[in-house]
Formats: sequence, C-alpha cells, structure tokens
Amino acid sequence: MNGQAAAPALCARGVHKSFRRETGETVQALDGVSVEVAAGSLAALVGPDGAGKTTLIRLATGLLRADAGELSVLGIDAAARPQEVQNRVGYMPQRFGLYEDLSVGENLDLYAELHGVGAEGHAQRYPQLMQMTGLGPFTRRLAGQLSGGMRQKLGLACTLVCSPQLLLLDEPTVGVDPLSRRELWEIIDHLVEREGLTVLLSTSYLHEAERCHQAIVLNQGRVLVQGAPRLVTDRAAGRSFLAVPPSGQNPRDFQAKLLDGPGIVDAVPQGSRVRVVCDASEDAASPLDGAALIPVPPRFEDGFMTLLRQVAGGGGAAPISLGRPLQRHGGDAVVRVRDLVRTFGRFTAVDHVSFEVRRGEIFGLLGPNGAGKTTTFRMLCGLLPASGGSLEVAGSDLRSARAAGRQHIGYVAQKFSLYGQLSVRENLSFFASAYGLHGALRRERIAWAMEQFGLQPMERLPSCQLPGGYKQRLAMAAALLHEPELLFLDEPTSGADPLARRGFWRRINALAGQGVTVIVTTHFMEEAEYCDRIVILDSGLLLAQGTPDEVRGHAIGAGREPTMEEAFIAVVERTRGRDGAGPQA
Amino acid sequence: MLESLRRILALIRKELLATLKDPRGRFVLFAPPVIQCVIFGYVASYDLNDVPYAVIDRDRGGASHEILARLDGTGVFHRVANLTDEGELKAYIDDRRALLVLVIGPDFEREIQSGRSAALQVVADGRNSNTAGTALGYVGAVVEDFNADWRTAHGAAQAPLSLIDRVWYNPNLETRWNFIPSLVGTLTMLQTLLLTTLSIAREREQGTFDQLLVTPFRPGEIMVGMAVPSVLIGAGQATTILLVAQLWFRIPFAGSYLTLYSGLLLFLLAAVGIGLLLSSIAATMQQATLYTFVLMMPFMLLSGLTTPIANMPVAVQYFTRINPLRYAIDIAQRVYLEGVGFGRLGADLWPLAALALVTLPLAAWTFRRRLT
Repeated sequence: MNGQAAAPALCARGVHKSFRRETGETVQALDGVSVEVAAGSLAALVGPDGAGKTTLIRLATGLLRADAGELSVLGIDAAARPQEVQNRVGYMPQRFGLYEDLSVGENLDLYAELHGVGAEGHAQRYPQLMQMTGLGPFTRRLAGQLSGGMRQKLGLACTLVCSPQLLLLDEPTVGVDPLSRRELWEIIDHLVEREGLTVLLSTSYLHEAERCHQAIVLNQGRVLVQGAPRLVTDRAAGRSFLAVPPSGQNPRDFQAKLLDGPGIVDAVPQGSRVRVVCDASEDAASPLDGAALIPVPPRFEDGFMTLLRQVAGGGGAAPISLGRPLQRHGGDAVVRVRDLVRTFGRFTAVDHVSFEVRRGEIFGLLGPNGAGKTTTFRMLCGLLPASGGSLEVAGSDLRSARAAGRQHIGYVAQKFSLYGQLSVRENLSFFASAYGLHGALRRERIAWAMEQFGLQPMERLPSCQLPGGYKQRLAMAAALLHEPELLFLDEPTSGADPLARRGFWRRINALAGQGVTVIVTTHFMEEAEYCDRIVILDSGLLLAQGTPDEVRGHAIGAGREPTMEEAFIAVVERTRGRDGAGPQA
Repeated sequence: MLESLRRILALIRKELLATLKDPRGRFVLFAPPVIQCVIFGYVASYDLNDVPYAVIDRDRGGASHEILARLDGTGVFHRVANLTDEGELKAYIDDRRALLVLVIGPDFEREIQSGRSAALQVVADGRNSNTAGTALGYVGAVVEDFNADWRTAHGAAQAPLSLIDRVWYNPNLETRWNFIPSLVGTLTMLQTLLLTTLSIAREREQGTFDQLLVTPFRPGEIMVGMAVPSVLIGAGQATTILLVAQLWFRIPFAGSYLTLYSGLLLFLLAAVGIGLLLSSIAATMQQATLYTFVLMMPFMLLSGLTTPIANMPVAVQYFTRINPLRYAIDIAQRVYLEGVGFGRLGADLWPLAALALVTLPLAAWTFRRRLT
C-alpha cells in the first residue's frame, strides 16, 4: 500500500442512514459507521444481507445523503457537492444498466458521452479497456447476447471510460461463474496495481475478501471489524479442523449434527469430511464424539462466522420435517437421462448428456454461464422439450405425460416467481389447488407449510413485500405442498449471504434425509460439497460426474487438497484446452 | 375431469384476486368506463346548440329582418356581427368567428314582393363538414318555415308536398341515445382486450409462467382460466355502463336483459379469443399493450359507431365482418333502443359465435405451440 501519506480516498465518520419500508417500519441501514479506505488500496465490504453494504456504497457515490455524520470522498464532502464526487467516481451497481439492444461498442460510446468524455480521450482509453477486458473481438455483439461474465466486464469497462479515481463495485462477481470471476479479479488487480485506482467492492464470496488489502465487516449497520483480512481470519486461529465422521455415519448427517451442537461455530461439508470451527469453550467435545480432528489453517470465512456468531448468537433455520413418509414412484433411479440433446437452430445447447439421479440424493448441476445447465434443468422440469435422447423423471417420461409427471416434482425458480400481489396464504392456497389438493388435506398441507417455514407472522402480507429470506421460504413452501418426491432448485442461493445459505442447506439436508431427491444448480462451487453427486457441464458437454471427492480428484497435483473451485476450473480448462477450441464466449 | 375443474376454478380465483384485490386495480377497471360514459354523453354529440353566424344585409328590408329574427329565435343561432363587405366575410370564416355568413342581396325584399324567388346566400365553414352540414340543415328548416308562413300570409298556393316526420326509437334524435348504448361494446372491448392480452404476458414477464407450467395445469386449462376472469370483468364493465345510461342519462331500456347479455357473452368470448391470441404472441407486457392499441383503432373506425358501414368502400365492408365490435354495437343499439329479441339478432349473433369459435381454439393452438 502506498496511501499512507496521502489523504484517504473515502472517509466516513459516524454515518447514519435509515429508510422507511412500504409497511411503515423504519429500517436503520447504517448506524454510526466510521470507515476509512486508503488511496490506492483495494477494500472489500462483507456482511450478511441487509448489513448496509449497498447503502454505504450509494452514500459514497453521492446518490444518497446520510441522515447524520460526515462522509468525504476523495477529499470532497459527498453530501454538499455530490456532482463533483460523481465526476471522479466510477460506480457499478448490482444490476448495471447496459442497453441490451445496443452493441458492446455502442454501450461504451454511450457511457463515454454521458460522462462527457471527448473524442480524443475516448480514442486513447478505448483500446486500453478492450485489451484489459478482452472484449475487443466482440465490439459488434449486442449486449443482450453476452454471457453473464462478459456483461459484468462490459459494465466495468463502461464504468471506467471516464477514468475515475475511485471505483465502487456493488457485488461485481455475484452470479458469475468461477472462470469469469477469476478474469474479473485479474482486471481489478490490474487497476489497483498498475493504474493506482482505489477500489471499494462488496462481495458475498468471502474468499474474495482475502485477496484485498482491507476488509470491512458490516453487520446490521455497524462495523464489526475493519483492517487487514488477517484480522478476521485470525479470529478462528487454532480452531479450524477437518473432522472425519465416525465410521458408518454419512458426512451430511454428521455435519447437520455438528451444526446443532454446542461449542461449534460453523460446520460445512468438505468431501467425505466436515470442516469445523469450534468456539473458545471446550463444549465442542460432545458433538464431535471423539471424531478424528485434523487441524487446518483458518480461512477468512471461518473468522467471519466466528465474528457473526459472537454478535448474532447461534441459531439458524430449524430443519423441516415432512408431515408423513413420501410415496414412491418408479425405481431407485428417480431421474434417468440418456443422450439428451437440445438444439436451438444450429446451436447445440446440450450435447448428448447422460446421467442418473438416485432416490434421496442431493444432485448438483454445475457449470459456467452458457454451459447448458439451465437448458438441461428446464428439460428435466418439462418446461422445454428435448431435441433428442430420453428423459425419465419420477417414473414417467415428461415428454409424453408431462401433466402426470409434474405431480411428483416441485420447482423453485432462481428469481422469486410467486404472485406478488397475492398474500402468503393466497399464494399457498392457489398452488395447493393447482396441485389438486382440496378439502381437509389442502388445509392440512397449508398449515404444515405455514408452520414448517415460519410463515405465520407474514400470512396476510402481499408476497412482494416479504423480506428476501421469507420470499425464498415461501417459494420452497409452495413447491413442497404436494409432497413431491423430487425438488428442483435453480440457483437457490444466488445473492444470499453466508448465514442464509447455511440455513437453506440445512433445510435441503433435512429433506434429503427424509427421502426427497433434490436437484440443484449453483454458482457457489463450495456448495457442491453439500451434494452427494455432481455433474460439471461446459458448452453443452458433460465433463465430469461423481461425488465431490471424485471430481476434486481431477485437479490433484497442487500438493494440497484442491478446493472445489480449483477443481472446477481445472476440469473446464483441461477440456477446453484438449479440444483446442475456446468456449463460444 | 373434476380435478381439472378444480384447477381451473383456482386459476380463475387467482386471476380475479390479482386483478381486483388492489384498490387501484379496481379503480382502473371501473372508473374509466363511468368517466368515459359521462364524457361521451355530454361531449360527443352531433347536435348543434350554438352556431355563431354573421350577416351581410344589403337590403335591410322587412323580409330580411324577418328571416334574421327567425334565425335568432331558434336559440341555436346567434349573430356575432353585421358585416358590410366580402373581405370581412372571409376574415370571419377564417378566424372561426362565424360558422356561417348569410348574404342578403340588395333586391331581396323587391324580388319577394314581386312574387319571384329571392336568393339567400349562405357561406359555411366546411373545414368540419359534419358541423357545416348540420348547420345548413337548420338554416334550410328555418327558410322552409318562412316560405310556408309567407305563402299563408299572402294567400299563395301551398307547396305540393309537406313533410310530417316521426323518428322512432329516438324521438328527439339525440346523439347521446345512439352513442351511450354503443359504449357497452366499445369500452368493454378495449378493456377486455387489454386485460386478456396482459394476463399471460404479465405471467411471462414476472417469471410466474414457468411456475405455473411445472404444476399439473394443462395448456387448455390455463387458457380457460385466463379467459373466464376477463369475460366476467368485461360483463361487469358492461353492466356499469348500462347503469350509467339508465340511472344518469335516463335513456329508456326497451329490450330484454337476457337477450342483451347473451349477445354480450358471445361478443366477450370473441374479444377474449383475440386477446388471448395476442397474448400468446406477445413476449412482454409492453408488446401486449402495443398490439392492443394497434388493433383497437381499426376496430373502432370500422365498427359503424361514427360512420355508417354502408358508406365504406366495398372491400373494407367485407373486413368489418370479422370485427366483433361491429356486431356488439348493433346488438347494443337494437336491444337497448329498439327492443328486438333473439329472432331478429341472428345476423349479429352467428358471426360472433363463429369468431369466438375460431379465435379461441386458434389462441389455444398458438399458445401450445409457443410452449414447445
């Protein structure tokens, strides 16, 4: 860092900001926040949903005014002279406003003009940006036709046309696959190291905070820690272990048991073992029950969870229990896919993919954007007919008997997709009827859903006004009303914070434990660890399948056990290299 | 079968809830028909109540004085100026200060007294041909009366023909009587079409469509579930307009409600069929709205509401046969004002039934095809 002598790029002193919800309650988004970001440094904002990350970033752009406190950006008072701040700051919101019907080049031109960048400045900046983002070959492509990763790169390039001194990025890597994420990070590193930019970004990928100069942990509008990421990581020093499940015990059940146990801060599955973070007490001995413990160096996430547990206490979602045992349809393989093909015109989205999903397992579909995950997923759900091959879901071929087959499946879309104007109860009531439930059974199932997902307090609220976490619970409840034996979840944890993700996986675990088969797509590679088996797709081809440990085996050679993300990148890159053809970008 | 019915009922309930639960939604559906009805009732009229006119009277005799007094006495004409030369005349017409200018020649009185026919020249502003025509008609009637009285007073022979008019179904020839019952078709069509077209497009845009498709709903059930609420809401709007017509404007209802609502039902089914067809094509709500308005304009113009269908070019007249609004307006006017029964509405009912039978299955077919 070279900003010791210079004035800080961003300096907040006792900043407060509150909002009024539509329901009338006041939300304290920032509650006396004081932070400092040194010029020329790279700082990460982390924290659960609703911690105030986006609010802080928007205050720094001068788009919002603080209720109290001082905020200076590049030495300028953000509240008094917001226009001057905006002239010098680049801001990329979570959903950057690209014009989908304009080409890459036209989008850049437009943003250059909006920022008043003249033709000569433009001509000088343009090649740099193209080279840095690798968008050069695609200047004529429409922005709407770019992959998720490329859109983010284009958004970043548009933010950079005016040569800002401070770059504010709100969750720039969310929903972007690991390969594109790595490329984005290379750009950000380049900007900080070579061009001397100051970058403040928020992220829900905690390991990304590890590579920043400074980490700022926010929780409920307050700063918990700020400083070098090590400060956070060290909270878990000497307390991180890999626990080997006692023989005969499923690692997933073992992990669930540990998560509930006293003295345990965090437990996440890692292959056939469980990564455990204990607290300072000695209480952890009883749930661990003499399992073998291998000490491992702590990660940022371990420290983060320790911090949050100290302020928020334990708890999390209670696992759900089905009302009664599931009925079975078909054999042991709940899903059978043989040589599945789907073409759109001349483009082959899914290319002879075959796999099986066994009853009661959690099955993960992983792959970069455009890999064919969503297409495969939609065909499995009967939303899209296959172009070739065979498909059997819960004992019926969805292509011939779609209506009957759908009775056995539940589906939760990535985006909240229940009726926003209808209340929680009205939504449940509609979906219960849609699945043919009526009379006493219908009342019973709705009551079950209300209770299991803790929806009673929100019963009459229109579902569009539900807080984020409740929306997902309602979507899950609606998908489980008819007791499906197969549950499809499309990117269920995208945009969710680490705590919410753990709560979610506990529910999924409990469901699988009771015999529900779960098929899930995810961008979070470490979440593949919760799955019994996974497949990796790229460019429509199935690259690898097996248990997380087996897939990880593809990337051995690093000397230590590779992370799921490294394994994923290794598998995808190896295949792309072998074929000699890059992805169709 | 029973299960299918239950699912459809659930969908109907959901659609009605989603549309009517929100007070704003209810307002948007039921306030505009009332407001538009009142506006049409008071504003849209071909009857003239106030015609400004000017006069160049070069005679200034008793006869010219008499005819001007008769014009002023109608309560419709009011004189804005007495002009002296032709240059002023042009200015008055061009600036719309006068709709008509009467020119009375210097020998007006003498011509009449000598038993010859005198010329009364009227210059009218034809930029609005409708208004000008009506105003000229009124002048003609005044002149006719003048002639008749003059003959009586001077013992001349009466004109060989005299006209005795009786206007049935609208004795005072009020435009309002013609317009308001027609709104039952026009306003209802616009709202029903829009509502239906938006229904599936909204589900698509909000992502709820996929959620609906993974449930055991069959495409046909979804279509029925979307069509029925639109028909119900359309019938509600038609009722609102009928109430305004009778309770506010006091236009007497001559026919039977059973006949009118049966006709309306067929009409709504045809309209909903068109709406669903558009809906299954439109990808977004914006497209759906645009399609509706693009279609609505020709439907209105070619419905016979403002201009008689018989006056249109023959090719266009054929086209009006696939316009449900044409039949709906005919049904509304004839049942409301004339009181006809089913027997004499066949020419309207059959085409509507045929339209519904074509558009609804076509919509279902397009919908199913778009799913795959």
